[in-house]
Amino acid sequence: MAYPKDYRYTKEHEWIQVKGNTATVGITDHAQESLGDIVFVELPKIGAQVEAGKSFGTVESVKAVSELYAPASGKVIGINESLNQSPEAVNQDAHSAWMIKLELADAKQADALMSADDYEKYVTEEK
Amino acid sequence: MSSTAEGQTLRKTALNALHRRLGAKMVDFGGWDMPVEYPASGGLVKEHLAVRTGVGMFDVSHMGDILIRGPQALDAVQWISMNDASKLQEGQAHYSALLYPEGTFVDDVIVHKMGPNDYLLVINAGTREKDHSWVRKNVGRFRCHADDVGDYYTQIAIQGPKAEATLQKLTNVDLSQIKNYWFKHGTVCNLPNTLIARTGYTAEDGFEIYVPSDVPTSERVWNEVTEAGKEFGIVPCGLGARNTLRLEGKMALYGHEISDTINVWEAALDRYCKMEKADFVGRVALEKAKAEGLKRILVGLEAVDRGIPRDGYKVFDAAGSEIGYVTSGSPAPFLKKNIALAYVPPSHSEIGHEVFVEIRGQKVKCKVVPTPFYKRPKKL
Repeated sequence: MAYPKDYRYTKEHEWIQVKGNTATVGITDHAQESLGDIVFVELPKIGAQVEAGKSFGTVESVKAVSELYAPASGKVIGINESLNQSPEAVNQDAHSAWMIKLELADAKQADALMSADDYEKYVTEEK
Repeated sequence: MSSTAEGQTLRKTALNALHRRLGAKMVDFGGWDMPVEYPASGGLVKEHLAVRTGVGMFDVSHMGDILIRGPQALDAVQWISMNDASKLQEGQAHYSALLYPEGTFVDDVIVHKMGPNDYLLVINAGTREKDHSWVRKNVGRFRCHADDVGDYYTQIAIQGPKAEATLQKLTNVDLSQIKNYWFKHGTVCNLPNTLIARTGYTAEDGFEIYVPSDVPTSERVWNEVTEAGKEFGIVPCGLGARNTLRLEGKMALYGHEISDTINVWEAALDRYCKMEKADFVGRVALEKAKAEGLKRILVGLEAVDRGIPRDGYKVFDAAGSEIGYVTSGSPAPFLKKNIALAYVPPSHSEIGHEVFVEIRGQKVKCKVVPTPFYKRPKKL
């Protein structure tokens, strides 16, 4: 699956799409593929503060629990509640099954993350 | 499960290269490089459901096999295992366990009576060396040999309601005549004298076949089973599905529900332990443990609130006191519930009793439920 060019990517396999001073966050197709069948997503409450590089929730496959790391700092202004009922949406289309929306503390913070091309190179090397 | 020191070479089954060609995700399981799931054919959940509703196949060649032969083979088996092997007829198998003098587990085993003086013990992968040296030591005073024959066989498990129809295409043995936990020898994939056992570790109907462990033969048999099962949607299944399947069926896994610190009564395996037969290793300690009463017992839990109890998580009572721990916990793909096995005091083991499993700092409400969680439908 192609990595959207307008997203930025972390080494921990999250994506972030920045629009002005807000952003949408999810996990990458590579992440969902290595996790396997996703059965549970635990997200923060609206209003919570998240910090770049720190855990903001967890995603669970049948076999394992993985932390979700925030690509940027900010305040949670939206969570994808449909993932409570259908966490498998992340397996089906990781790049549209978003997890949280953020009001960014610093709209430029995500610029330092990997571009789609760099991320693709990164996961190829990781394999 | 034992872990392997870094850098040490993992052992491989004869089907290792084939698993890799199928794109399996591989893991270190008890020192073996084994497939955990096959994403290309759908992954863990699909594999699990295939076994419940159709058919799936597993490479279980990492399992160990010990052959005990000689004029006193039965006496030796009776001494080293807790079930009553004198009740077995030729061609029959049963679940049993090897115990320490403390009444705790060396391992659980399937004992097959191959002939009057000939027993095959199928043991766990991670405990092969330990089991074998323990068996050799303990059968020493009987006139018999105990040989590790695990490397001679590729063991393939074909499991699911369509297992019989799949395997029947490849053998001259009338499989409908093999009852659960019985076995026969016959030709499978043109290999004469092949052991075909109606056994498994999935709580589903199915067979395990034992074929020569050279790579060409192993791959040929695997491919023929794949072809035979195609019309029933057969999929290769990894250790991930094997674990969730056995958990739904409340089958013990060494290092989880049973170990060298857990005794037979705690593990609730009473019906496989025959105290009235002749003496066996662990019997004296078990008598004493029974008289003293249980401090903990294995129960089935189902999460009532949102959350997945997993191996090692702590269990609390309603008042907030820690009372036990989860031995195995997972989403159950067929039952679509989050289930667990846990040790708790007998006072908290009643069906319907509420307990709390701590999941990342949150106490998640669970209730004690009847086990096995899953029981396969009876055949008509």
